[in-house]
Amino acid sequence: MEAIVEKKYTYKDFESDQEVRWCPGCDDYVILRSMQKALPEMGVKKEEVVFVSGIGCSSRFPYYMDTYGMHSIHGRAPAIASGIKLANPKLSVWVMTGDGDAMAIGGNHFIHVLRRNIDLNIVLFNNEIYGLTKGQFSPTSLVGQKTKSSPYGNTQPPFSPGELALGANARFFGRIGGNVPKDISQMLIEAHKFKGTSLIEVLQNCVIFNDGCYNHITNKDVKEDKQIYLEHGKPMIFGKNRDKGLRLNKLKLEVVTIGENGITEDDLLVHNAKEKDPTMHQMLVRLEYPVATGIIRSFDDVTLEEREDALTKQVKANSKFSKTNDLFFSGEIYMVK
Amino acid sequence: MITEKLKLQPEVLEAVVIRFVGDSGDGMQLTGTQFSDTSAMFGNDIATFPNYPSEIRAPQGSLYGVSGFQVHIGSVEVSTPGDNLDLLVAMNPAGLKTNLYALKPGHTIIVDTDAFNKKNLEKAQYETNPLEDHSLDNYRVIQVDMTSLTKEALKNVEGLDNKAITRSKNMFALGMVYWMYGRAKEHTIDFFNKKFKTKPHLIEANTKVLNAGYYFAETLELIPNAYTISPAKMPSGTYRVIMGNTATAWGFLAAAEKSGLELFLGSYPITPATDILHEMVKHKHFGVKAFQAEDEIAGIASAIGAAFAGDLAITTTSGPGLALKGEALGLAMIMELPLVVVNVQRGGPSTGLPTKTEQSDLMQAMYGRNGESPVIVIAASTPANCFNFAFQAAKLALEHMTPVILLTDGYIANGSAPWKIQSIDELPEIKNNITKTAYENWQPYTRNQDTLARNWGIPGTPGFEHRIGGLEKDSVTGNVNQAPENHEKMTKIRAEKVKRVQNYIPEIKTEFADSGDLLVVGWGGTYGSLHSAVKQINLEGYKNIGFAHFNYINPLPKNTEALFKRFKKILVCELNNGQFVNILRMNFNGFEFLQFNKIQGLPFGNNELIDEFKKLVK
Repeated sequence: MEAIVEKKYTYKDFESDQEVRWCPGCDDYVILRSMQKALPEMGVKKEEVVFVSGIGCSSRFPYYMDTYGMHSIHGRAPAIASGIKLANPKLSVWVMTGDGDAMAIGGNHFIHVLRRNIDLNIVLFNNEIYGLTKGQFSPTSLVGQKTKSSPYGNTQPPFSPGELALGANARFFGRIGGNVPKDISQMLIEAHKFKGTSLIEVLQNCVIFNDGCYNHITNKDVKEDKQIYLEHGKPMIFGKNRDKGLRLNKLKLEVVTIGENGITEDDLLVHNAKEKDPTMHQMLVRLEYPVATGIIRSFDDVTLEEREDALTKQVKANSKFSKTNDLFFSGEIYMVK
Repeated sequence: MITEKLKLQPEVLEAVVIRFVGDSGDGMQLTGTQFSDTSAMFGNDIATFPNYPSEIRAPQGSLYGVSGFQVHIGSVEVSTPGDNLDLLVAMNPAGLKTNLYALKPGHTIIVDTDAFNKKNLEKAQYETNPLEDHSLDNYRVIQVDMTSLTKEALKNVEGLDNKAITRSKNMFALGMVYWMYGRAKEHTIDFFNKKFKTKPHLIEANTKVLNAGYYFAETLELIPNAYTISPAKMPSGTYRVIMGNTATAWGFLAAAEKSGLELFLGSYPITPATDILHEMVKHKHFGVKAFQAEDEIAGIASAIGAAFAGDLAITTTSGPGLALKGEALGLAMIMELPLVVVNVQRGGPSTGLPTKTEQSDLMQAMYGRNGESPVIVIAASTPANCFNFAFQAAKLALEHMTPVILLTDGYIANGSAPWKIQSIDELPEIKNNITKTAYENWQPYTRNQDTLARNWGIPGTPGFEHRIGGLEKDSVTGNVNQAPENHEKMTKIRAEKVKRVQNYIPEIKTEFADSGDLLVVGWGGTYGSLHSAVKQINLEGYKNIGFAHFNYINPLPKNTEALFKRFKKILVCELNNGQFVNILRMNFNGFEFLQFNKIQGLPFGNNELIDEFKKLVK
């Protein structure tokens, strides 16, 4: 299915002629450039790439890509993208969305696209705030967070996108900071390769309405100590000194230090992203310290298109109808002279 | 057993109206369908009207749980299921009580006397047994112990429980009615053989009961005479009986084949539109992609995606669903993508009357979106022509690059009628606006100068990479452009594009009179009722009454105003509180549009229409 590309693209081939209009310093620029740089590596033809978005800052994304694109209505991008992919399974389809678009107004489509496992990719720009409407709390804003619509502090507890996604039977979930372009590009490539619905949560900073909300996790000086970057088949180690790790203590993940209390690397958990049972992935997604990044889950499963295609072939093989006339003139028909 | 009070009816009849009524679990829909299909195959013209409660299994014996199926068969043209009944088959007291009003005096009732017990009489709120208290003296009542006779007929069939035995009593009633009207049983026996292929004891049981009813009617001479209804004179050809919803689905299958595009349906179950989805999912052999979405919005949104990707895209719904689809429909409209939205109208507002018919979504179809958002609106008018208007909706969407709303309603969607099968070869060509090869300076909003349809560059085609969306677009490039002049220009182009469809649709014609005292105007699913009423009044000698029925609502046919000028009075008849009449008032000055409205969840009756017409003409 992988298309053969005659021409070698560079990121410039994916830049549209439209002026990019995000606020200066926004992480959205990082994601945009990471995508433009990742696409030439994916080996897809430019005309077979489609970006679909809803409404919000992140949803301006398709305008800036010189591919096919649709900037649709609030929350509906996963449903539109599903229609595109089912209509033409050869296309590489990307949904660019935000925390409000995907999990508030579009929550229903978000869970159902994951459940069905259509082979498309979703990039969720999570800035824990409504940016385009100028600063209201979103479904991922924290309790107590002061915003334009919660001046005394937010009283609505948040969703965790990964937890929600795994609950909806997501087969692929990755999480990544918004300030690491190379890692973002790499994850986009992995998402593209994955057959099924892939979801990437980008911890994206909004410089205007929620500036610094991820500083304690993503800043250069703390990220190695505060994040655990998970890689399939590798032990769960983190820390500047690579001396910290995760092990299972009863039903909880526990942070341990290698060398203390006789702990060695062999005591640590080894990450298995391909495991069908999402229990460990759920625990990792929920972890507050360290925050799990990288590809947390990547479980290969049959896609909806594959099921549909197999069924269609089977029905076609057993059917006596190939043209509509065969149907119209079949069964209980009678002649009037 | 027979109460014979009035003299017999003539033996050869032109047409007859029969209603089967019983509990919603009594199989009345099946009984009625079998009778109408058999009659159609015999060569009669038919029209049917199922009328059932919104509860799947309402409490047994209750008045609101009565399910009915009415069929009108004739050796003459039949265009409605009929007003007044010649025969009422009542399987229980509640059915009798709620339907007796419709029976013509002197005509026949068949009842299952076994069901007229104390409990059922109480549930039907009868203080005394109507079979004994002389309240039915003006009718011919045929009393049959149907449940007992069914049990007797099945006493030697193995593998049946009591419930299965009681449930087959509807076939006893059907057998009796078959004998009365000289119908053959073979069609129904064939049906048993197919339906119960893996359950031979059920084939045996149903066949036995059907035969028992048939021979009971014949040999015991309980029914004084049988009737003959000769085959109708219908245009020669190959026919089948078709329901409106099936015809709608088939119209789209034909349009997909004719246009050479793949067919995509995005839909969410809703009464009374779901049968279109049920029909479409069967046809994977034609490559139909039918997607049952998570909600109404995803139904239309997935269809919009499929349209963007180059499929013939359809979404089907009923009133409340159209409300949910409104925003997405506006998106399809501004992106100028071909899309068909089918709204099988039901009684509203809100959940309203889900299983009853109404024409009250016309204004929603016309204006139920934010901003200036014109789309093509057309309406089918008979069960069979749902096929043609589904085909036409697809053709207009593809040729004019715009969403089209196709309105049908519960009455024609669930009604069935003979359909003279149209071969795909007889249908008109469907062109589309797909551009296949790139050229210098290709722009997504380059338009066909006649239709104003933009060209359709679909993903996968090299050189046409472009972005569209819900923001106002530049008139050429399709890029975002919110400049004041551009917005006004684009609003006018989109309106003009829909208006120009007038050049591609047929003119409105009149029936019965081309000019005169009164023009009866209707639209959509009321065609049969209005046609039959105007026909009758015409036969009574009122030759100055014409009839014009609209299938094209937006835009209206070009000659509409000229037609109106030829009549002294115009009466617009609708199953709503006056919607089309207001569209006409908005469009045409200098006319007094009179209106006749019915908002009861039921179709027009012949008599109420004729009474109204007579008030307006001398």
